[in-house]
Amino acid sequence: MATTTTTRRSRRPSKTLLEPTGKETETYEPPKLVVPVDPSRDHIQGDPKAVLTLVEYGDYQCPFCGAAYPEVKKVQKEIGPKLRFVFRNFPLINVHEFATVAAETAEAAGAQGKFWEMHDFLYEHQRTLGDHSVALGYAKKLGLDTQRFERDISQHVYQKRIKDDFMGGVRSGVNGTPTFYVNGVRHDGPAEAEAMIESLTAKS
Amino acid sequence: MKTVTLQRNKRKRISRARKQRVGTKSERKSSSILNTGRRAPNFSLNSTPDQKVSLKDFRGQPVILAFYPADWSPVCTDQLSLYAMVMPEFKKFNAELLAISVDNIWSHLAFAKDRKLNFPVLSDFEPKGKISRKFGAYKEKIGESARALFVLDDRGIVRWSHLSPDGVNPGAEGILSALEQLNKPNV
Repeated sequence: MATTTTTRRSRRPSKTLLEPTGKETETYEPPKLVVPVDPSRDHIQGDPKAVLTLVEYGDYQCPFCGAAYPEVKKVQKEIGPKLRFVFRNFPLINVHEFATVAAETAEAAGAQGKFWEMHDFLYEHQRTLGDHSVALGYAKKLGLDTQRFERDISQHVYQKRIKDDFMGGVRSGVNGTPTFYVNGVRHDGPAEAEAMIESLTAKS
Repeated sequence: MKTVTLQRNKRKRISRARKQRVGTKSERKSSSILNTGRRAPNFSLNSTPDQKVSLKDFRGQPVILAFYPADWSPVCTDQLSLYAMVMPEFKKFNAELLAISVDNIWSHLAFAKDRKLNFPVLSDFEPKGKISRKFGAYKEKIGESARALFVLDDRGIVRWSHLSPDGVNPGAEGILSALEQLNKPNV
């Protein structure tokens, strides 16, 4: 029986030149996150062992990510301690000239335990991204070791990490920013609180 | 027992497919793209006003063909900007990427410059959509190429193809997986 099935399947593709493959609608499933959340590496907001997970691949200069930023806050407020939120970098370097340095800025703050503070600051001050002194001023305000902070950025210490985030995103089917994953499955709905809450809670 | 399950599954698949089938008959017909295992028809299209690119020039290396509806879609990263960023990964497989739409060459040049595209963007402009049609990647009703992807092996045989639903950017993962498969024998 098994043999027959295999034979039939292997023959199927070569029937006619323009036979519909039908794959695109019949078996469409949103892509899955192939890089699992790793508390030792990822930036996680909320309980690292929370039951619900929202992962964002984002770019600090992308206006759509800027628009999604308050939506994520709403989701976190609504769902509360059952949710962990993970942010990974997906800088679109060929359209956003400041995206990489912004990602490096957040990572450099993260190395000193202030990732989320800087992450929030960058999204709240997207228009100032071209002026590094703004982020530096905030780093001072946060009490960071600014010498180390500046060195980490100028020497591109987190370049590999950012690239790893990016490629992990590509392999998970990130096709633009922001891309969200709800409990490991790409969220193809709008990047709005209501839609994200709905899909987060639907699967629990 | 197994046969029964198989038949039931098949029935389920068919009914699911029927439910999801939308659009007119001609639209459905146009969504039939060139299948795996077939030799890709050769073509020669302009990449600049005075330069043509032929598919057969790339024999001996994998080729990714990305048909797409139109230049200038109003989003941050369209499909092609993403590919420009993933290009180093494609190059690891020695693969060449050719993007194709029905826009004219001047539009392509401006678009490629704006999005910093680092691969040829070909114009399937005259006769309009001729090559897209050959690949089953043309939407007659709206007069644009469909969002269809093909990965060809070093002999120009289609080894993977994918047609995206409308409005869905397929990303790069399918292409990378297909390129990985090329290197495995007997697949």
